[in-house]
Formats: sequence, structure tokens, C-alpha cells
Amino acid sequence: MKKTIHFREVTNNGTGYWGLIGILGLIVAIGLGAAYYMEHHGHYVTGMNNQIVWGTPHVFAVFLIVAASGALNVASIGSVFGKAPYKPLAPLSGLLAIALLIGGLAILVLDLGRPDRLIVAMTYYNFKSIFAWNIILYNGFIAIVAVYLWMLMDPSKKQYSSTVGLFAFLWRLILTTGTGSIFGFIVARQAYDAAIMAPLFVVMSFSFGLAIYLLVLMAAMRWTDRPLGDALVRRLKNLLGVFVAGVLYFVLAYHLTNLYATEHHGYEHFLLLGGGIYTQLFWIGQILIGSLIPLAMLYHPSLGKSRAAIGWACVLIILGGLAQMYTIIIGGQAYPLVLFPGMEVSSSFYDGVVAEYSPALPEFLLGIGGFGIALIAVALAVKVLPFMPQKLDDASADPHHAGGAAEAAAGKAA
Amino acid sequence: MSEHVDTSRRRFLGGTAGAAAGISIAPGVFLNQVAQAKPADQPVSSDNRWGMLIDTNKCGDGCDACVRGCMEENGWGDIHNSEPHSSPEQKAQWIRIVELRDTSTGYAHQLPLMCQHCKHPPCVDVCPTGASMKRADGIVLVDKHICIGCRYCMMACPYKARSFIHEDLQDQLVVAPRGKGTVESCTLCVHRVDKDGADAVPACAEACAAEGHDAFVFGDLNDPNSEISRQLALHGGTQIRADLGLDLGVRYRGI
Repeated sequence: MKKTIHFREVTNNGTGYWGLIGILGLIVAIGLGAAYYMEHHGHYVTGMNNQIVWGTPHVFAVFLIVAASGALNVASIGSVFGKAPYKPLAPLSGLLAIALLIGGLAILVLDLGRPDRLIVAMTYYNFKSIFAWNIILYNGFIAIVAVYLWMLMDPSKKQYSSTVGLFAFLWRLILTTGTGSIFGFIVARQAYDAAIMAPLFVVMSFSFGLAIYLLVLMAAMRWTDRPLGDALVRRLKNLLGVFVAGVLYFVLAYHLTNLYATEHHGYEHFLLLGGGIYTQLFWIGQILIGSLIPLAMLYHPSLGKSRAAIGWACVLIILGGLAQMYTIIIGGQAYPLVLFPGMEVSSSFYDGVVAEYSPALPEFLLGIGGFGIALIAVALAVKVLPFMPQKLDDASADPHHAGGAAEAAAGKAA
Repeated sequence: MSEHVDTSRRRFLGGTAGAAAGISIAPGVFLNQVAQAKPADQPVSSDNRWGMLIDTNKCGDGCDACVRGCMEENGWGDIHNSEPHSSPEQKAQWIRIVELRDTSTGYAHQLPLMCQHCKHPPCVDVCPTGASMKRADGIVLVDKHICIGCRYCMMACPYKARSFIHEDLQDQLVVAPRGKGTVESCTLCVHRVDKDGADAVPACAEACAAEGHDAFVFGDLNDPNSEISRQLALHGGTQIRADLGLDLGVRYRGI
């Protein structure tokens, strides 16, 4: 028999909860302060320049935006693909998706040259620009997921949740396609101009979004003394492993294609062998720390059962994801444009040389501030609305599991 | 006494203004020139496509007169000390000299590189607000009023022609408004083109001619009788990264 899962607001009122809010609030305040500092003085106080026009803030912003659409996957698996164990996870999934997107967009907007002209960005549209489309896709995502959450959480609207959930799922696929296409549609740069950017970003979103979701879920359930079943965690971490492997596959396909075409050998040599920090971030950050080690941890016979190990694997995937964003966004710009094939070029404007970039502290603080905005939004929201299930032990979460456990118990008794 | 007005001064001023008007209008050649340029209250037309032909063979070795001419005209660069806080990597460059060396033959030469005023400009395609725009006459510009400083155009430009302004600017020139947090690039001296039409000479071309190199020809690519069209028809021209199919307004000879 299926047990009903009840959702309840977080009732913690102790130093733990308010301490968390305080720390996150401080991170947000520091991030906003950094943004004010950069806007007041101008971008000369950052490491960005006319070669590296998108810097560390964009690494964090694009990471969060990509992760946001991925965080919604948990809800989609329940609503769209009808997997019962995922259904109680859906409200937190939708909430996290909105929060991460707002965090990412906040960074993006605060790093504009003219953030005061946000109203211009909302009222002047060039519909050939994928950026303009993204403004609509991002705002639409927040609205659709908000409606989706309403359908999920209002018992009288429950019957609409799968239809709205399907719409939200399709919208998020289009959204991440749009984010990947920001790079895919850049015709002139060696690292971009590739259709694979769109699906690569979709798979990256699956991986980064689920890693953040799993971390937030484990922390939130533990800090509120709510049970979380091992079978459910195992399900999620196995899925996470598949997504990490999926990202590796797309990265492999991208580089193999580039390695086949002589025209791209220069860029591939730069990134894979001679690119200094970018090469290190690729091999050590993205591949080793962000992919191979967490894969081994997630599927290890004993480590794969440890909550701590799973949590650390999620942290490594997030760090690896940031490293991957850094190599894509900044490494892709650092490699010079090829204007005159077969010629050595030089100029006062740094033609023909790998661009220098060292992130300035305010850029990093703004990026971390975006994470702060996302997490404080989640922490506050779970206190005012019932996003989190009261218990997610295996028997409540998964009727099949409960049945299996009952059978096993019956077998033992016999 | 304060009510006394010196009417002789007024008469003198009126007389000289009339004489000046008479001198300007009387010779027919002046009227012809005025007729060629577009009146200020009429929109630009796609009947014209302004472009530039640069003969790199005429480019003086180590000469950067065109760059200095552009700086003087448009108020950017070190001669105006326009961005004192920005690092060299952050300072704007509307036009630059690129030194080329063929790796197989060792042949070395140089050329000036600036906004190529594409017919299909990637910067215009990607700009979310439409601040990055192409006029009907082919000149690619940034509308500083609706540029939000997202820098996507700089990511998309194949020629690295654009610069972002990293700090507050002082003492800007009337002909070239610029601003912190927005993107800018070569305007093909649009203020001169709007004033003089086909007779306009952009500042880079003017400086090059003054140096005696005469490497630049400015003109209307749509007019088969213009100097630029005749030279292109006679000797041809190269577009940088022609493989991208962007149909550039700036053509080169000698690359």
C-alpha cells in the first residue's frame, strides 16, 4: 500500500538555521559590494580586457544558469517520465531551478557594462540574437516553473502537474540549447562555432544540476532531521554517474572532431598540451577531479554507499564543472583569432598571441555572491512554503521498494 | 547710456554674412558639392555602400599615420590620454597596424585593421538590444544609448575590431561620443561621410595621404564609376576571412 508523503515548512529556528542565513547573507552582501565596486570604477578594476571580454563572473553565471535547468530534471523525471520515487522530490527541484537561475542571472546583469540599462534589455529586442531569445527563455522559465510548482503543491491542481511539467521540461531543453548556442553561434572563434555546444550544454546541465540538487537535498534533510532513504540516494547518485559519463562522451566527441580537422589543430594543441592554466584546468580540473574521481567514487562498491563520499563526489563535480566553464569561456577567448591563416601576426592589440587574464578578487566575489543568492533563496523559501517532504525514507518514497522490503521481510520470517 | 546700440556693428555683421553667403552660393561648383552630400534631414540610403580599399603595398614600413589620424579625429588613444586607469590590454583601439609574416616564405608586410563594415555583420546578429547596427549605407555602428555593455558583439566579431570602455571618460569629442560600459569601434568617420558624401575622406585615409603613402581609397562600392569601384574592377581586392562570407566593406590589395 502506498503511503502518502506530507510536505512541511522547515521549522528550525535555532542558531543553525539563522547562522546559515547569516553566512549566506554575508556572501550575498559581499557579492553585491563587489559588483558596486566594479560598476562604480568601471571594468578597469577587473582582470577583464579587450581580449578576455567575458571573465570569471561569466564562468559562475553560465554555470549557475546551466545547473538551474538541470536541477529541474528531478521533477521532470517524476512528472514527465512517471517515475514515482522522484515525485516527492519535485517541489525542491523546481525551487532550486528558479533559485539557481536567479543567482546566475544576477551575476550576468551585475557584470554588464551598463546594468542600469536592464530596462533597455527588456524592451529592445533583436530577434536574430540568441542572447535576446535567452532573455525571453530565462524569464519564461521562471514563470513556467513557478506555475509548475503551484500545480505540484496545490492539491486541487495536481491533475495539471504532468502537463505543465512536460511543458517545463521542453522549455528547459530549449533554454539550455539557447545557452549552449551563445557559444555555438560564434562563427569566428576556433573554440566555438560548433553545433555540439548545444547538446553538450544540455548534458552538462543534467550533471551539474543533479550534483547541486543531491547536495542540497542531503544537507536540507539532514539539517531538518528528516529521514532520507538509502535506496533513493543510490538511485540519484547512479543517475548522476550516468550524466557525468555523458558529459565526458560529448567532450570526447568535440575534441575528436577538432583533432581530425587540421584547421583546429592549433586550438587543440593549445588546450590539450601547451595552454598552461587552461590545459591544467582541463586535464586536472575537468577530467580528473570533475569526472574520473567522482565517477569512481559514485560507483565504488563501498564508497558509493557512503553519504559523505557521495556528497564529496557532488562537490568535485561542481568544481570540475566550474573548471570546464573556465576552459570553455576564458580558454576559448584566450586563443587568438585566426585572421590570416599561414601567417605569423603581431600588433599593438595582441593579435596572434594567447591573451593574458588573471581574475581580480571582485570578479570572484561577485561569482560566489551568485551562489549565495541562489542558496539563500532556497533556505528562505523552504521555511515559508512546504517544499520539503517530511520524510523520504525508502518505504515512503518508493512503493516498489517498500513492497520489495516487505517481501524480503516476509522471506526472512519464513 | 546703456540703451545705446552701436548700429554700425550690426550693419557690418549683416553685410559680411550676406557677402559670405553670396560667395558660397555664386560659384556653381559649390552648389554641385552641396547637392552630392545628403541633406541632414534625410535618411541614409541603400543606394550607397560606403567602403574602403587599402593597398598594403603602399603602406609605409613602420608607419602608423592612419592610427594617429584616427586617434586625433575620434578622441581615443594615448595622444588624448583618454583611458588613464586602463591597462594596455584594456585600452580601446579603433584601428591598429598588424604585422604579417608568411611562415613558408618569410615575406613580411603590414596593414591597418579596423571594423570591416560587413554586409552581414556578426556583431549586429548577436546584439540583444539592436544597439549594434548597420546603416542602410553599410556603415556598422554602435548606438551608445541602448548598448548595455554585454560584450557579445566583441565575442562575435571575427576581426577583433571592437573595444569596451573600462572607465569614465573626460573631454570627449563632439564627433565621436563614447562612454564607460559601452562598446565602440571604427565608424568609418560617419560624421564626415554624412557631411561630404562621396567626397568624404575618413581621418585614416587623410593622414595616410598627408604622409604621402595614399594607401586608402574611400568611396561608394555601389557606384561603378567611383574610384574605389574602378580600382577593384581593374585590380581586384581581398577580403580578410572571405570564407566567412560576410561581404566586407573594407577590401585590401597586397595581402
